[in-house]
Amino acid sequence: MYALAVENLSVAYDKKTVLENACVTVPQGHLAAIIGPNGAGKSTFLKAILNQLPNKVGKVEILGKAFEPKSLVVGYVPQRNAVDWGFPTNALDIVLMGRYGHMGLLKRPSKQDKLIAQQALASVGMQDFAERSIGQLSGGQQQRVFLARALAQNADIYFLDEPFAGVDAATEKTIIDILKALKVQGKSIFVVHHDLQTVKEYFDYTILLNKTILASGATEDVFTPEQLQKTYGGKLFMMQHV
Amino acid sequence: MIEFWVIVTGLLVGITCGIAGVFLILRKMAMIADAISHTVLFGIVMAYILTQTLNGFWMLVGAALAGILTAYLVQLLHSSGIQEDAAIGVVFTSLFAAGVLLITLFAGNVHLDVEHVLMGEIAFVPWNQWSLLGITMPKAVWMLLFVLIINVTFLVLFFKEMKLATFDPVYAASIGLPIVFLHYAFMTSISFTTVAAFDSVGAILVVAMLIGPAATSYLISKTIKQMFIYSMLFGALAAVIGYYLAKLWDTSIAGMMAAAVGMLFMIVLIGQKLIERKRKAHMHKLEIT
Repeated sequence: MYALAVENLSVAYDKKTVLENACVTVPQGHLAAIIGPNGAGKSTFLKAILNQLPNKVGKVEILGKAFEPKSLVVGYVPQRNAVDWGFPTNALDIVLMGRYGHMGLLKRPSKQDKLIAQQALASVGMQDFAERSIGQLSGGQQQRVFLARALAQNADIYFLDEPFAGVDAATEKTIIDILKALKVQGKSIFVVHHDLQTVKEYFDYTILLNKTILASGATEDVFTPEQLQKTYGGKLFMMQHV
Repeated sequence: MIEFWVIVTGLLVGITCGIAGVFLILRKMAMIADAISHTVLFGIVMAYILTQTLNGFWMLVGAALAGILTAYLVQLLHSSGIQEDAAIGVVFTSLFAAGVLLITLFAGNVHLDVEHVLMGEIAFVPWNQWSLLGITMPKAVWMLLFVLIINVTFLVLFFKEMKLATFDPVYAASIGLPIVFLHYAFMTSISFTTVAAFDSVGAILVVAMLIGPAATSYLISKTIKQMFIYSMLFGALAAVIGYYLAKLWDTSIAGMMAAAVGMLFMIVLIGQKLIERKRKAHMHKLEIT
C-alpha cells in the first residue's frame, strides 16, 4: 500500500492550469521533498491532495483511501505566513488545536489533551514559551509551534508547506531532527522545500514538480543535474552545488 | 422608569454587539457587517410584505435570510474573480436599494420608514412594551435579550471551532471542522444582532457598536476570552457615556453612543502607544546599563 497515490491530478484557477495530469506513487516510511521552481504549483499540489480545492480533477489516495478529514490520518502544516500571528492567543493554545480533531464537536480539551500538547511543545524545545502570545514569538519559534501542533495531532502522514522558510538555523535543525525521528517511527512525511543544497542531506525521497510531476523516487536517483535542469529549465543557478 | 429602560437598552446593545464583534474583527469581516446592517432592511421589508405584520419573530427570520443571502452573494462574486471589497459594495447597495424601493412601494403607511431604520430612536423604546410570563418590558429589550442568548449559546457551543476556523481555516478544514456551516451560522448571528439593535441605534450606528468595542479590545487583549470581556465592557461603557452626554447636550442618543465608541477607541489606542513607547525606552535603558 502506498503512502500517497495520485492519478491524473489537475487543478485550474480562473481557467489557468496550475497542475496538469500529475501522477505519482510514494511508498510508506519516507521523508520526501517536493521541489520545483516558484509558481510550479507545489502548494496547490498539497491543497489538492488535502481536498481543499473544489476545482480539482483526478484521483488521490492516502494509505489506500480517499482523503477523509475526520480520520485524522493526515497532519498538515501550512505556510507560516498563511495565518495571522496577531491573533490573541498563546503558543500552548495553538498546539492544543492539534487535538481538536480528537475531541469532537462541542467538547473541551481534557487533561490528557493538555498533557499531549505540552509534550509536543517540549519536543520542539518550546516548553518555556507555552504562555507566550504568538505575536511575540520569532519566525522560527512560530514555525516550531506549528510543528508541535501537527505532532499533537499524532497523524500517520504529514504534509508540510515550506517549514524552513525564514527560520533560524537552530530551528531548521530542530525541525529536520523531528521529521527524521518521525520517519524512524514509520511515518511518511512530505515537505515542500526550496533549498536545493540541503535536499540530499535531509530527504531520502524526492518529487520533482513543475505543473506536473516530472520525476519521483529515491533522492540519489532523482536528484540529478539532468532531472533538475528539466524541472527548473533556465531558472537553475545552483547547479554547481548539486 | 423611562430613563432606566433607555439605559438598559443601551447596555444590552453594547454588550450584544460587543460580543458579536469579536470574531468579526478577528475574521477581518468588518465590511461584511456593514453590508449586512444595510441588507437586513431588505429582509425585514420582505418579511413585512409576506406576513403583513411587524412581528419581531418574522423580522428576525427575514433578516437572517437577508444576511445569509448577502454573505452568499459576496462569496459568489468573489469566487468568480471580483475583488472582495467590490463584491461587498455591489451586493449591499443593490439589496439595500431594493429594500428602500419595496418600502416606498408596499409599506408606505406603516411604521417602517427608512429614516427610522437607518437612525433608530432609542428614546421611543420604553413606549413599545410587550409582556411574557407576567414580565412587562420594552419590546426592544426582549429582542436584545433573546438575541444575546442565541449569540452566547452559539459561542459557547462552537468556541474552539470558531477559534480554529478563524485562525487557520485551511488546517481547520483538513481535520474536518465544518467551516462553511460556521461561516453562515456566524453571519446569521450578525444579522440577528443587527435587527435587535435596529430600534435603538439603527442600521448605520449598529456598525459602530459591532466594530468599535471589539477593535478597541483587540488592542489590549492577549487571549480571545479577554477580548470578549473587554469588548462587552467597552460596548456597555460607550452606551452609558453616550446616553448621559446626549442628555447633557440635548442631542441624538444613538449618535452620541457611536461618538463615545470612537472616543474610547482613541483613548485606548493613544494610551497603548504611550505605554509601548515607555516600555521600549525602559528596555533601551536596560540595554545601555
